[in-house]
Parts: sequence; C-alpha cells; structure tokens
Amino acid sequence: MTAASTSAPPSTLPGLGAVRAILSTLVALARNPSGAIGLFGVTFFVLVAFVGPTFVPIDTKAKLDKIYQLPSAEYLLGTDYQGRDVFSQIVHGGRDIIIVASTTALITTTIAVTLGALAGFLGGWFDSVVLAIADIILTIPQFPLLLVLATFVRLNNIVLLGVLLAALGWPALMRAIRSQVLSLRQRDYVEAARCLDLGTGHIVFRQILPSMSGYIAISFTLGMINAIFLQVGLIFLGLVPLSGNNWGVMLQLAWVRGAIFYKNALAYILAPVVAISLLQLSLIMLARSLEEIFNPRLRQGA
Amino acid sequence: MMTAQDSGTRRQPGSDIDEPVIALEDVRWHVRTTRGVVKAVDGVSFGARQGEIVCLVGESGCGKTTTGKIAAGLLDPTAGRVLFEGRDIKTLKGADFTRFRRGVQLVHQDPYASINPMHTIGATMVAPLQRHGIASGAAAARRRAAELLELVDLTPSNDFLDKYPHQLSGGQRQRVAIARALTVEPRFIVADEPVSMVDVSIRISLLNTMLRLQRELNTGFLFITHDLALARYFAWGGRIGVMYVGRMVEMGHAPDLVANPQHPYTRALLSAIPEADPELTRTKARVELRSLEIPSLYKLPSGCTFHPRCPQFESGLCDVVVPALATPQGSTADGHDVSCHVMTRPAG
Repeated sequence: MTAASTSAPPSTLPGLGAVRAILSTLVALARNPSGAIGLFGVTFFVLVAFVGPTFVPIDTKAKLDKIYQLPSAEYLLGTDYQGRDVFSQIVHGGRDIIIVASTTALITTTIAVTLGALAGFLGGWFDSVVLAIADIILTIPQFPLLLVLATFVRLNNIVLLGVLLAALGWPALMRAIRSQVLSLRQRDYVEAARCLDLGTGHIVFRQILPSMSGYIAISFTLGMINAIFLQVGLIFLGLVPLSGNNWGVMLQLAWVRGAIFYKNALAYILAPVVAISLLQLSLIMLARSLEEIFNPRLRQGA
Repeated sequence: MMTAQDSGTRRQPGSDIDEPVIALEDVRWHVRTTRGVVKAVDGVSFGARQGEIVCLVGESGCGKTTTGKIAAGLLDPTAGRVLFEGRDIKTLKGADFTRFRRGVQLVHQDPYASINPMHTIGATMVAPLQRHGIASGAAAARRRAAELLELVDLTPSNDFLDKYPHQLSGGQRQRVAIARALTVEPRFIVADEPVSMVDVSIRISLLNTMLRLQRELNTGFLFITHDLALARYFAWGGRIGVMYVGRMVEMGHAPDLVANPQHPYTRALLSAIPEADPELTRTKARVELRSLEIPSLYKLPSGCTFHPRCPQFESGLCDVVVPALATPQGSTADGHDVSCHVMTRPAG
C-alpha cells in the first residue's frame, strides 16, 4: 500500500538529513546580513588562529635596529619593542584566546543547561541543592576571586584556565535556564509527553530543551565573549604567567614596556585591541541571528 | 483502508466485559489558596467500560477538565481513588504503571499548544512508538506513524510526516494529537474539549473520526465539553454526565437524559440549545432560572450548590442538605441518576 512504498527515502539516509540540516542552517545564516557577517568574522578568526600559524612563522628574533617600525610591506603591522613582527604575533596569538573561550563556554553551557533543566523539571531537594550552590557562587564577585585564585593556582594551562572560568560562570545561566524550564514544563505538549510515558530524559532533553536551543546558542556565544574579557583582563593584570603568544600577552607587554610613549608604536598597540574587538563583534552578530536558525518556523520561512 | 483489520487483532479481549476500564471513586480536588479552599472537584464518581463513551458537560470552571486530568493520572486527586482495570493507580508500580499510562491517553483542548513546535509530526509520532517498543526500528516506526495518520484521516499521510506543526491547520493538528495518543494503543482516551479550538466547519468531521475510532478500535472516550449539543451528538450511544461547580448533578444514557432530563440544571441547559429551526428555537419552552450568576468557587452555596438559581428551590431543604446522586423513585430508565432533593423524592 501507499505507506510502505513511499515512506522510505527520508528515513533511510540519516547522514543526508544531518547534512541537509547543516546546509539549511548555513543558508538561514547567510540570509540574515548580520548573521552572515558574524559567521564570516568568526570563521575568519578561527582560520587565522588555527591554520594561519602554518603559513606565518612566529618571529622571535630581537632586532634592535627595527624597534617600533611603522607598518610596511615587510612588517604588515609594524614591529614591537624588540623589533619583532607584530603581524606574526597576531596570527599566533588568537589560538589560546579562542580555545579558552570555547572551553569555558562549552563547560559553562553544559553544566548550566543540565543542572538548570533538571532542577526546573524535577524540583524538590535537587532543585534546592543546585540553587543553594549557585547562589553561593553568584554572591562571590568573580573577578576579584579570580585575582586571588591566580596567586596560588598556576594558570599557565589554558584548559585549566577555561575550566576555572567555567566553574565560576555557570550559575547565572543555570538560573535563567531553570526559570524557562519552569514555564515550559507547564506546556500541554510536555503534559502529553508525560501522559505517553516518554521518560524524564526524553521530556527534558527532547521536548523542553529544543525550544530553548536558540537561547542556549546565544548564551554560548555570550559565554565566549565573557570568557575572552576575563581572560584578557587577567593576563593584562599580569596574573596569568606570560607564556606563549596571546593577544592579551601582547597588550600586557605593550603596556609594561611603555609602547604607548612611542607614536610609531600605534599599530603595535592597536593590533591586539582591534583583533579582540573584531572577534567579539563577530560573536555578538552571530549570536543575534542564531535565534532565527533554531526556530523551525523562522528557519523555514520564505 | 489498511487500518480496520489490524485493529481487531491488536486488542486483547478484556478479562471481564462489564469491568470498567477506568473508574473514578468519590474523587475530590480541593486546592488550598490564600482566599480559602477551592473545591474544584467535589466527590465525582463514574466509570467507563471498554469502548464506552462518557461525556462530561458543564460550564467553564465546573471542574470537568480537572476531572479529565485526574482520570488520565496527570493530577493526583486530593481524595478518592482512580481505578484502572480495577486497581488503584496509586498502587501501580513499574510495568503495571506503564500499562496504565499506555492505557489512558489525553487529547488536549488546544492543538496549538499540545504539539511540540520544534519537532516534525513524524518525530512526534515516532518517539512513543520507539519508547514503548511498539515498532522496532526507525523505518517500521515511521511506517506505523503513517498508518496512524491515515487512521485519523490525514492523507496522504507521508506528506504530513516531515511537516512541522506550524504548517498544519488547527483541525489537522488536533488529528495529529489524536494519532499521537493512538501510538500507545490506549483503551481509553480523555478528550478535553477537542473541537472547541477548531473551525466550526470541520468539527463534525473531527467528531466523526473519533466516533469511527471508537467503533473500529473499541476505544473508550471521556469526552469533555461545555456544549450539550456536541455531547448529545457524540455520546448518543453512551452516557452523559452533567457537572455543576465540582459536582456531578445528573448522569444517564444520552438519549434518556436528553429526552427526559431530571435535574433542573440539565433542563435549563437543554432548553438553551438553539435548534436548527429558528422558529422552533424561538417558541421552545425555556427554563427560567432564578439567577444567572454562577457561584464563586471560593464561596459555594450551602446544601445543593444549584439552589440559588434553581426554579424548584425549597427553602429549608435545598439550602441545607447536600443531595446525593441517586436514581429517582419510580424511574424506569436504568442508570439514570440525579442529585436533586425534589426530583428524587417519592411522588406524593
């Protein structure tokens, strides 16, 4: 009969479905100018940070005759206080920033979404315990605590730094997720899922959370933005050991070495600032258009 | 249709034909609020056998939806028991509880809120099929989902599987909600005002689909509505229960209750139904109520809650003693109960 003969194609190729979902997401992003610029910016910085270093070798050789050079064909962004190429430092300096930011955002979002969804849906003692822990962390001012922690935790491991930022960053998002779940769990379709005995896991992660995927994606990018600020701030204050290349380290050295007193060093000082700002701007623009992508109604429009 | 034959084989014969699939025993739902205790449901009892249609009628706020949710096990009654196949659902554990959950399903009033907008119709249908192992494998589940959509007259069913709820009309969504309830092969479906949110023009066809399901699958229905005309149509082969502010005031077989209403409230409701013939409607004898005001749930009248509006009110009796649901003296119809002092009193 009809059902048997025509139902096959979409379900037999699950891989194709995933490809189609990704493609439709990209198409939806491209349709929105702000989202397209944001996606382009983020892709650009990721490529520069992770692929760029293979083409641009890092310049570590001090050249005393080339200190604070203006941008030129040889040194695209000028040179620093030791006559090293600033452009190569920019290319190599994004990797750690992006890794710390995404590690932090990933852990923060995972903890916040899981705990927030379960606390909101289950309620009871689980809710009380999670809320109590979150409130304790929320009352401690983050940045000063990080300053104190940095004095006795060696933060030279970028993943450790990401984990530490995440451990302090999840409560705010958790509370937001929890309150949304409290409202979503009253929906008729959640009640229908309870009636169909679909199980707590399915109800929380397949019925409730997808409605919040846009919000979660936005929170993820905002988490990255916050992590970048915290991280650069810590480095700038000299509380994270200055190892490797990092836009934050560049800023810190420019400050410490008094580059601001040399007018030729303008490009050197501005380069990491602009890089950080552009990355942040790209993330914000991407976040703004994510809402549309996760809503099937908006995604399929037109 | 492929659907008619397999329905008979799926359903195992009940152990006892006369045993109710689901029964409510003196169910109460009293909510404590800052303004006092609200008795949303106050001592409602009824049962439904395999394939039986029971209709609950009453004005909004009379507790019919709450009663439905209690019957579906989604609300715990504050007092009273809900029996599924003769066993208190509170005592059911593990596989027995799953059997109850699968046995009784709910179709919500608002089809715009009852289907998750994030999933395709196919995903919505496949989830319960796979969860309960009714169809093994993704392809089989999808095939079964298509069959069920066809069963509720959504054809061609494959077109609907990959659609999102927002691409469907209200009537189509309500059919999806019914098909979703059917995925777990329930013995009883609580339908909470299933047609009140859909276009008037397609109400009858939706009702007919449900009546066909009742016939073909022998599924029982608890049909909740505020519209006695709808109840009369849907429950003609079953029973109608009339609720008034939390209590069942009259219950009987639909033709009997419509032809021979006992409770003054039922009479008022029936007399208020507009007939197809406007001339008939205009000349129809109306039951004049003493008051048109529905009592507040915070401050229910003493005795019979209907007494402030009742044309047959007797001072000193109706406003003092709560009438019990009982068969009127000398009544010939079986199973026609009414809770009214005046109507159940021995004649003379």
